[in-house]
Amino acid sequence: MIQTLGISGLRLTRGERTLFRDLTLVIEAGEVLALTGANGSGKTSLLRAISGFLTPAAGDIVFHDADANVIDPGLARSHQLHHLGHLDALKGARTAREELMFQSDWLGHSGLDSASGITEAIETLGLKPLLDLEVRKLSAGQRRRLAMARLIGAPRALWLLDEPLSPLDSRWREAVGAIMQAHLASGGLIIAAVHDPLPIPTRSLDLGLVG
Amino acid sequence: MKAVHILFRRELALAWGGGGGPLLACGFFACLTAILPLAAGGDPAVLKPVASGVAWLALALASLLSLERLFERDLEDGALDLLATGPLPLEAVFVVKAMSQWLATGLPLALTAPVAALALGQPVALLPLTTAGALIGGLGFAFTGALGAALALGAKRGGLLIAVVVLPLFIPPVVFGSGALDRAAASLDPLPALALLGAYVLFACAIAPIAGAAAIRNAQG
Repeated sequence: MIQTLGISGLRLTRGERTLFRDLTLVIEAGEVLALTGANGSGKTSLLRAISGFLTPAAGDIVFHDADANVIDPGLARSHQLHHLGHLDALKGARTAREELMFQSDWLGHSGLDSASGITEAIETLGLKPLLDLEVRKLSAGQRRRLAMARLIGAPRALWLLDEPLSPLDSRWREAVGAIMQAHLASGGLIIAAVHDPLPIPTRSLDLGLVG
Repeated sequence: MKAVHILFRRELALAWGGGGGPLLACGFFACLTAILPLAAGGDPAVLKPVASGVAWLALALASLLSLERLFERDLEDGALDLLATGPLPLEAVFVVKAMSQWLATGLPLALTAPVAALALGQPVALLPLTTAGALIGGLGFAFTGALGAALALGAKRGGLLIAVVVLPLFIPPVVFGSGALDRAAASLDPLPALALLGAYVLFACAIAPIAGAAAIRNAQG
């Protein structure tokens, strides 16, 4: 399980443009980092680089486990991190239940029984009345809650969240804050790109100041 | 293996549901073969020699139909990122998607093919060979087609681009497949042509996942 995420001397570019250079930071288990910065400052790109979708122009992104051994990035990506982008990865024509089961089963494939995690996700995120509806009939906030269910349904240590709260109302923002706190308490790590502050105490990093 | 099963169920459900992909392909295939007698005249002497060739051409075109949504939709709604952070490597995801494309489109088309060929005047004795050829060729269509779909990811008017990229790759199976039927019609052994068809399909199944996964990674970067 990921214990530490270390980023050193990271430079990210999109096309000709350098988003930021010489980004160095360490995040330990139990910590949450809020990424802020203007539009286009590289919040989403940093999350995608950590997930392995973008190749850095320079620098390293290294995952360590509790014994300080390096975790292979491919293994981290396939089994130990959640990437929740600003798209929900939900199919409109399928029911909420089908999508929830697929996402949790697909990501939670580590031999453990996912049924209890899925039940917990349904209760925590209030999804029960939505389960038999087609995804296209859900509101933006409901879709986001459904997408977040995989965080609980398929336990993984590192959560990379891109604007997780934006479509949610104040009640669910509080609830997601509580979910994040529970994840941190169990030794998880969270990096979230945000415009509004998260409802929990965070370290924050303004990417606009790094570049 | 469990992950393969989970993904396979989802892909089949997506291919079968929402828009009736297989029925659409079969309907398109039937229309194409029905147009030929109207365009070229209904004389069996005209139709019979070209029946197997036309059936294969229609098969290739009908196989193109649902390719556009194979990867493009997953890219648009973010599901491709979800698939990439799952337990299977992208190459395996590609294989599962291509196989489900074959089951959802190639299989129904292979069952429709003998009916269409019969309507064009093909001898009844050739029907099992038509189905077998369409099944093998359909697997090649699915893998090369999925490769085209992956290469066209993110492009505007991707559907047209896929057709232009993929149709040249469809030529060898069409040549070998209709060649097998021609040989059988001339009372020759169709096995050499079928063997070439099988070789091409195996080659496609081996190369396409590697190239396709690279194209997907490129589109995600």
